[in-house]
Amino acid sequence: MMMANDIRPEPTPKTRERLLDVKGLTIEIETRNGPATIVDGIDLHVDKGETLGIVGESGCGKSLTMLSMMRLLPNKIRVTKGEANFAGRDLQKMSNSDLRKVRGGEVGFIFQDPMTSLNPVMRIGQQLAEPLIYHRGMSKAEARKRSGELLKLVGIPGAEDRLDAYPHELSGGMRQRVMIAIGLACNPQLLIADEPTTALDVTIQAQIVDLVKDLRDKLGMSVVWITHDLALIAGLVDRINVLYAGTVVEDAPVDALFANPSHPYTQGLLASIPKLTDERSTRLSSIGGTPPEPGRRPTGCPFAPRCPLAESICHERVPSLEGVSQGGAHRVACFVAQRKLEAA
Amino acid sequence: MGAQPLMRIENLVKHFHVRLGAFGERAATVHALDDISFEILEGETLSLVGESGCGKSTTGFTLLNLHRATEGKVIYQGKNIVELDEKAMRPYRRQLQIVFQDPYSTLNPRMTVGEAVGEPILFHKLATKAELKDRIATLLADVGLPPRFASRYPHELSGGQRQRVAIARALACQPKFIVCDEAISALDVSVQAQIINLFLDLQQKYGLTYLFIAHDLAVVRHISDRVGVMYLGRLAELATREELFEHPLHPYTKALLSAVPEADPAHERSRKRQILQGDVPSPLSPPSGCRFHTRCPIAMEVCGKIVPDWREARPGHMVACHAVTEGLPG
Repeated sequence: MMMANDIRPEPTPKTRERLLDVKGLTIEIETRNGPATIVDGIDLHVDKGETLGIVGESGCGKSLTMLSMMRLLPNKIRVTKGEANFAGRDLQKMSNSDLRKVRGGEVGFIFQDPMTSLNPVMRIGQQLAEPLIYHRGMSKAEARKRSGELLKLVGIPGAEDRLDAYPHELSGGMRQRVMIAIGLACNPQLLIADEPTTALDVTIQAQIVDLVKDLRDKLGMSVVWITHDLALIAGLVDRINVLYAGTVVEDAPVDALFANPSHPYTQGLLASIPKLTDERSTRLSSIGGTPPEPGRRPTGCPFAPRCPLAESICHERVPSLEGVSQGGAHRVACFVAQRKLEAA
Repeated sequence: MGAQPLMRIENLVKHFHVRLGAFGERAATVHALDDISFEILEGETLSLVGESGCGKSTTGFTLLNLHRATEGKVIYQGKNIVELDEKAMRPYRRQLQIVFQDPYSTLNPRMTVGEAVGEPILFHKLATKAELKDRIATLLADVGLPPRFASRYPHELSGGQRQRVAIARALACQPKFIVCDEAISALDVSVQAQIINLFLDLQQKYGLTYLFIAHDLAVVRHISDRVGVMYLGRLAELATREELFEHPLHPYTKALLSAVPEADPAHERSRKRQILQGDVPSPLSPPSGCRFHTRCPIAMEVCGKIVPDWREARPGHMVACHAVTEGLPG
């Protein structure tokens, strides 16, 4: 079954240690018409030292999955099933006080909009010192010294002088650097970056991507980078999970995903990015229709109503994530792709 | 291309007067646009790119006379339209349309799609009441929506569908020229491709001219005939899409292009980006001379003193840079 010529040999998987392991996580939202599923039994994992990209369009549940792990979900949205293990402990069952040690300590966060995540009436030095005092038990003086070092680490010019600045005195790019510094303050084992560059200009975006890449290599942490932009993370991540309507539809090493996308949705996403080699005004291939709304999920594969390859089985049953390459490092949830492989 | 200019922009300047300080005690001037000159050719797609605050949207607004120009001219059909008052402007308004980034905030939530699309038709008397229903159906078909959508409200539509309605509303006026101000930026990738295709189809069908304002260079490269690069209220470079993407001359254009990610992991890992240091300076007090000199990797002494001329460096390829003008490597 695994003899097809088009399957490239996978490098032998190193014995890796799971840092984060999410199993069967289901998230529901309370609506006027009762609960609706937003995230449907999602499985994902991050190994130690690995950088995972989570890609999907708005509303696919990529941010909620990460927030739910840290039990940071807003009212009316709750986890109904599943577990999220971090370094061997289930975050869903952990006591609040234990969880607070994880948040901002072992797991750092960077959010999309630093202006709403930073406290506007607190000097950035204080905001940086807060996790250091809370998690690391530093004195104020130690924390201030370390804050200055952190600002230097994220490339803020005149770092020490900036400690007394308020967020509004900094540009968007600088604010995002401060967010990164706060996220890194306690040397986290895992950094979760939720669309950290979406609000930034392209030249600043490049600066931030390169900065996170550098820091990751320097500090040896794992990173989860959530984005809707496949091209942006192409050079940054080791592995990509493509999300659609609250499920992982494809999980693959980054090169395999770009070279050999197997799910029709991934194929559609990649094809809709304009290429360097396109003639002007050639029609872009696009995916017809729009993603399903929560509460109106189709039975069967959630992508089936928009899928050019859908067959009758796709409308009836939900495909599970199965390996399509040797070693099972490249997995896809699609009946058509899985059958193609069996036939080959 | 040999196309005729549809619109000629001459030395356009736009300043905004603002009051700063907690009590507005300090008056200041935002130099949003400073001495911009270019032509828009009939039937082309001209894109303006640049980072936030560079003045690309202000350009779109000012040349439609939605912002009053501080100085300069916008010549359309032989008339300087930026000096016209609202009444004299009205016949031109029909021909010059704009589509915005967020269709949710531009569509009236209490108007059905049919009413929204029909309103400009009635206002400009482009159809009688009897013809209206058919005309609305035709317009909806043009943007790929079934006629039954006429009775829906904006909140019932997805982002892509709303943007289609906004486009139908612009088309209702039978315009010659549409400013697309970040018209696809808020859409998801798969839907974005649908709307780009729609813009391309409509251009072919109706011979439309677009001024496409965007920050996504991959999209701009895909749809434009010519591309202008703006930095802090000035044009840095303007050329055909092939020229600009293959032979960029201005150091800012080069940096901007090198920051664009490509969907190719091996290439992305190995590429050496030319990363600009620092941030865009404030348009409240833009740098003297060339406004890019504070971040320019090849800045010379003259760059901080004298504003570089807007010159043709190669046929049809305009650039404002001392280093290029002197033929230095750059």
